Amino acid sequence: MATGVFSSTRAAIKERTLRTDRWWLQPAITFGVLIAFIIYATFRAFEKKYYFTEPLISPFYSPCLSTACLDGSAHFGTPIGTITLFGIVISPALFILIFPLGFRLTCYYYRKAYYRSFWMSPPACAVAEPHKKYTGETRAPLILQNGHRWFFYFGLIFNIILTYDAIIAFKNPEGEWGHMSVGTLILLLNATMLWLYSASCHTCRHTIGGRLRNFSKHPLRYKMWTWVSALNERHPVYAWISLIVVALTDFYVRLVASGTITNYYFF
Amino acid sequence: MARKVKMRIWRGDSKNGDFKDVTVEANEGEVVLDVIHRVQATQMSDLAVRWNCKAGKCGSCSMEINGKPRLACMTRMNMYGEDENITVTPLRAFPVIKDLVTDVSFNYKKAMEVPAFEGPEDLKPGEYRMQQVDVERSQEFRKCIECFLCQDTCHVIRDHEENKKSFAGPRFFIRIAELDMHPLDRLRNRKKKAQEEHGLGMCNITKCCTEVCPEHIKITDNAIIPMKERVVDVKYDPVRWLGSKIRKREGIE
Repeated sequence: MATGVFSSTRAAIKERTLRTDRWWLQPAITFGVLIAFIIYATFRAFEKKYYFTEPLISPFYSPCLSTACLDGSAHFGTPIGTITLFGIVISPALFILIFPLGFRLTCYYYRKAYYRSFWMSPPACAVAEPHKKYTGETRAPLILQNGHRWFFYFGLIFNIILTYDAIIAFKNPEGEWGHMSVGTLILLLNATMLWLYSASCHTCRHTIGGRLRNFSKHPLRYKMWTWVSALNERHPVYAWISLIVVALTDFYVRLVASGTITNYYFF
Repeated sequence: MARKVKMRIWRGDSKNGDFKDVTVEANEGEVVLDVIHRVQATQMSDLAVRWNCKAGKCGSCSMEINGKPRLACMTRMNMYGEDENITVTPLRAFPVIKDLVTDVSFNYKKAMEVPAFEGPEDLKPGEYRMQQVDVERSQEFRKCIECFLCQDTCHVIRDHEENKKSFAGPRFFIRIAELDMHPLDRLRNRKKKAQEEHGLGMCNITKCCTEVCPEHIKITDNAIIPMKERVVDVKYDPVRWLGSKIRKREGIE
């Protein structure tokens, strides 16, 4: 039986949408960028090399917690040891990527982006979706989207670690402090964008003060809530910039670690 | 300066209908509703269209123009190109009555399902005192003119008639958020009701409601997502739930 815009009681119009603008462009671009990131990140996660060169470490492999990590890259020890599957050593990236991946997968902004561009639910506003049934986020697995806050908390730990990585990038390859290179700037930019992405998050906004009923009783939290709210308006921008910068940071480290380019030192 | 514009206007009722082509004059500064009125006055005297204030405040003239849910009185003709054939249809999420008029009573039924404000027992209306900082979030949602464009564009019911039973829609999520954030509202189970009775979990936050709101209410960011987070507090976050049992925490009940 016909449902949705083709239901028997609704205006009898055969088109799925009558929009005349290029409504498909935004979901198409989103799809393209996210697919490109997924392909690149998957390739890098399984490559298992060129992710560390003193003092730079790729954000895809930090923290490196496995004994399979390249020499000097395990800044926080190797509690995981080495795990093999069918005789193949599992990449150190796979142990940690679930956290930033989960944070972005459950992010309120990315949900909009991929529900539209990947699942076409809906592809764009007032464009009929192709699915016969829809239950939203009420059942498994999508009910797990409610766990966004846990990934947010883990994301904060990762931000601290990646900030640490940026700070130790003020060393030279010999381990002496007080130097700065192009890599230092890139790692700093990466950490900054990740902090902005986390600070502008809807869960952060809720935790900081959004859940309160009386702001007047909590003036400090109210003030912080107004700051986070201001950042929150630009959450989609930070989501995209931080995603692209993470990939570019990894790419830069790969270029340096593979010897393709030299990490230029300002001092 | 006057110009001739081409329009395709959907005409019909709940049984059948089709597009009718018209060419009509449009003057400088006019909106789509002005031109529809000219069509009604000169070519289609029985064309049904609902309207009232012509100022974007009554929410009556909601329709779909070139496939986008809009207020006809706030859609300027100069948005469209000289040769563009402008398509006008009734709202496609609701049953059509005649031509551009739809039956939006679904929304009134949903409105009745949202429990009303319950003020403090020891105060009478008129004695309520609140600080501005505590009510300004709710005030944004009071801007709603009930045009139901957000309801019309929401794919949960637009594309799935069967969901109308269990889904209140964005207009009523801002009503629930308005009351849940109200400093004097006594009713404490709005979060659970939002999830279990009003279908908040059906929303997948694709933000179409926000895109079409003529009052520019940030429905998704300021009402739906905060309500989803509040629901997580009481239903899906055992740590916060336990914390609220050990020590009374504001906002988690």
